[in-house]
Amino acid sequence: MANLQSDFVGIKSPNPFWLASAPPTDKEYNVRRAFEAGWGGVVWKTLGSEGPPVVNVNGPRYGAIYGADRRLLGLNNIELITDRDLYTNLEEIKRVKADYPDRAVIVSIMVPCEEEAWKAILPLVEDTGADGIELNFGCPHGMSERGMGSAVGQVPEYIEMVTRWCKHYYSKPVIVKLTPNITDIRKPAAAAKAGGADAVSLINTINSITSVNLDTMSPEPSIDGKGSHGGYCGPAVKPIAMSMVSEIARNPETHGLPISGIGGITTWRDAAEFITLGCGNVQVCTAAMTYGFKVVQEMISGLSDWMDEKGHASIDDFKGAAVPNVTDWQYLNLNYVAKAKINQDLCISCGRCFAACEDTSHQAISMSETRVFEVIDEECVACNLCVNVCPVENCITMEAMEPGQTDPRTGKVVEPDYANWTTHPNNPAATAAE
Amino acid sequence: MKPSPFSPGVEAGRLDDGAYAENFSDLHPAFDPHEALVAADRCYFCHDAPCVTACPTEIDIPLFIRQIATGTPDAAAKTILTQNIMGGMCARVCPTETLCEEACVRELAEGKPVKIGQLQRYATDHLQEQGIHPFSRADATGKSVAVVGAGPAGLSCAHRLAMLGHDVTVYDARPKPGGLNEYGIAAYKTPENFAQAEVDWLLKIGGITLEHGKALGLDMTLEQLKGDFDAVFLGMGLGGVNALAVEGGDKDGVLNAVDFIADLRQASDMGALPVGRDVVVIGGGMTAVDAAVQSKLLGALNVTLAYRRGRDRMNASVFEQDLAASKGVRIMTHVVPRALHGNGAVREIEFEYVNDDMTGTGETVRIPADQVLRAIGQTLDGDALPDLDGGKIAVTGAGRTSMDGVWAGGDCAAGGDDLTVTAVAEGRDAAMDIHASLMG
Ligand SMILES: Cc1cc2nc3c(=O)[nH]c(=O)nc-3n(C[C@H](O)[C@H](O)[C@H](O)COP(=O)(O)OP(=O)(O)OC[C@H]3O[C@@H](n4cnc5c(N)ncnc54)[C@H](O)[C@@H]3O)c2cc1C
Ligand SMILES: Cc1cc2nc3c(=O)[nH]c(=O)nc-3n(C[C@H](O)[C@H](O)[C@H](O)COP(=O)(O)O)c2cc1C
Ligand code: SF4
Ligand code: SF4
Ligand code: SF4
Repeated sequence: MANLQSDFVGIKSPNPFWLASAPPTDKEYNVRRAFEAGWGGVVWKTLGSEGPPVVNVNGPRYGAIYGADRRLLGLNNIELITDRDLYTNLEEIKRVKADYPDRAVIVSIMVPCEEEAWKAILPLVEDTGADGIELNFGCPHGMSERGMGSAVGQVPEYIEMVTRWCKHYYSKPVIVKLTPNITDIRKPAAAAKAGGADAVSLINTINSITSVNLDTMSPEPSIDGKGSHGGYCGPAVKPIAMSMVSEIARNPETHGLPISGIGGITTWRDAAEFITLGCGNVQVCTAAMTYGFKVVQEMISGLSDWMDEKGHASIDDFKGAAVPNVTDWQYLNLNYVAKAKINQDLCISCGRCFAACEDTSHQAISMSETRVFEVIDEECVACNLCVNVCPVENCITMEAMEPGQTDPRTGKVVEPDYANWTTHPNNPAATAAE
Repeated sequence: MKPSPFSPGVEAGRLDDGAYAENFSDLHPAFDPHEALVAADRCYFCHDAPCVTACPTEIDIPLFIRQIATGTPDAAAKTILTQNIMGGMCARVCPTETLCEEACVRELAEGKPVKIGQLQRYATDHLQEQGIHPFSRADATGKSVAVVGAGPAGLSCAHRLAMLGHDVTVYDARPKPGGLNEYGIAAYKTPENFAQAEVDWLLKIGGITLEHGKALGLDMTLEQLKGDFDAVFLGMGLGGVNALAVEGGDKDGVLNAVDFIADLRQASDMGALPVGRDVVVIGGGMTAVDAAVQSKLLGALNVTLAYRRGRDRMNASVFEQDLAASKGVRIMTHVVPRALHGNGAVREIEFEYVNDDMTGTGETVRIPADQVLRAIGQTLDGDALPDLDGGKIAVTGAGRTSMDGVWAGGDCAAGGDDLTVTAVAEGRDAAMDIHASLMG
């Protein structure tokens, strides 16, 4: 059986599945249950400075987006960092870590952007015996207005500065958690690296309003008739998170910087995909909040089975394997030609491919009197829309044409060689190919 | 002593009151909002959807289901009722397993169609229970139309004509409107007096006068109607019943299944209805199944449905056959009644086994029978009607008969299945054709 053992910047855990800093990790009770359920590690719910804790709203904190059958696709929240006393949290962390020495326990921290504040809290955290810290520069609501969270994460200079303080006052690994609420994710990642961070983790939640109540005209979740933007997470944010992860992984400046992947991870497959894009481990929040801690069992068995099937002995075997294949559009092979193909045995004749292609694409699917749907190769540009809208898995596939065949749409012979936009005759800025 | 299912002969009150209520409750209980949303989410919003083609009234099913899924069931109801003014009844009685749901792509994909009928009921009930009638009449045209028969065909035709601005008078021989919705459909498909509630709702359009106890052929002639109105629509269904030409066929205890059912539908107390201990129903259609199932529900001990061909040839759908079987009805096939035995009242029925081609085998069987229900087909009653085709009124196009100014639809007209939904479609289409010819 594949070895799921994870070593992330020297922090060991029996598997790469950590719970992200959020309600699932807000107290000893939850974390013990999580460990019993099989989670490899936790990032404790973000701690703030000593003193009266923050307060949360006393009304709804979450809003949601649903797919068919009310399957939760996206969650947003207006919760703040932990609203429990600092020392209570620290004592609990210490106890849990002592009882679960093989699991990773990371402490998430968010204190004001002043050296004194960090200098004060870090020794207390060090004393818990936790394996490392994560700097919450991501929270997009409530704390950012107080100059913390994403207010720091959006200013690379602050990131670098705070990271440096942490490396100075704390002896164990420092992970910097990045906010996606920024134009170019490479900048804060580079700043974290410059400040000496051992790793970055991303993404935190995305600014969002999930819905508006059309009776009261209040955004949801509504607190006495008013709403505020919250942080968006869950399956819907996975594509955004993966793109950001890949940007950091392939940017020469940050290439090789360890990444803890977060954002919409719901199944073992999501986790595997993040790892192929360069993540050393993954963190999960919404999936646990939606289904409970038990989901990790599917993540463990699924990843393990897939690794066995592919012959990967350890996580490192496939870590970053997809990074070299992430490129810029201009380098994509324009000589690659594909055609959609419908498997008539699987087709249930719903006609969705037809409606999509006929109304909004290239009129490349025909419909017969008897509801047989076929691709018209002369028209098909291989856009993939039919594949995406077909309700039956693998019913429509994209088949690559062989070099030497003639594309009936363009009448051109498919070239065997790679050629991209940079050399394309239609590109005014093309550099002539040798 | 109170009769029980074991008491011989034909007896009323074989069961406890609670059992009757239970037995005749809704066959498919209504969806609650959660069930409706879950069911609606399964629809793929197919292009040129095959379910629509399979619905005789061509309801835009993907659209109405999407309207349910997006929280607007009243809009869904309007989509349904625009095509089928008796969408509420059809949702309850359509053999969806051979219509829309059979064609649903998810039947092909998973053997589990989208529950179109139940969703249709959810939407139409939602609207109708609020008493909303979403249609209004166009400006008066000054034209008048006579409709014979207040069944689904006649009422559908009348509603469409009234909506288009014509004045409609509906004549019906029976004391209540609704046709077989009121007198024929199985009680467990339309409990709680839904048939009358639907008619009341339908009449809210205005412009329709109902004349009860007025039979064409008895109280008026077609010639009179043609003279008094600008157009006539015939929707009188099939009032006659095929006779059972068999030795002893007139013994006590032998009756028409449709009469048995009509009595049942009109009964306010199921416990007052007499039913045999050993009931034999002869036939293989929906009427036969309904008579057999309802005899069983009334407390008959042994109910046999005797059909002359194989199960695959039965007009009753597989769903109906399974329903009968699940209620404990025994289905005998390849049997033809040869004699009814008994002294005055029937005691036994004798069948001969027949081959697929209906030739006799010479082998016979006798089974106990203290009640025999004939369900071997209904026929068109009346004379001085337009030309017939195979015993029904011949029609071309949207219900045009051989007589000028006379249209026909529903069971009495040739072509189409004898179904509520088909009657509604034919009534509607005839109305559109009448409108075109009156206004043309
Ligand atoms: C027992 C039984 C069960 C059935 N179950 C189903 C089912 O589950 N689902 C389904 O889709 N279909 C079912 N059907 C078929 C369905 O009921 C008919 O197809 C449908 O009712 C036909 O409608 P119609 O308007 O043509 O005729 P009808 O419903 O028969 O209405 C005809 C009307 O005309 C009146 N009338 C007759 N003669 C005259 C006259 N001379 N003058 C004035 N008025 C007259 C009658 O009183 C009646 O009101 C069933 C039929 C029967 C008999
Ligand atoms: C209710 C809630 C509270 C959160 N609180 C924190 C927090 O205190 N600190 C933090 O770093 N991230 C916090 N997050 C963000 C998550 O750790 C995680 O980055 C984000 O939800 C994306 O992962 P997911 O898609 O698996 O949920 C919170 C998320 C949720 C839903
Ligand atoms: S979308 Fe898929 S299942 Fe539907 S008609 Fe097209 S190929 Fe067939
Ligand atoms: S009217 Fe009947 S056949 Fe048509 S969609 Fe409704 S249930 Fe199906
Ligand atoms: S065929 Fe089924 S899935 Fe398709 S539109 Fe009709 S009900 Fe929906």
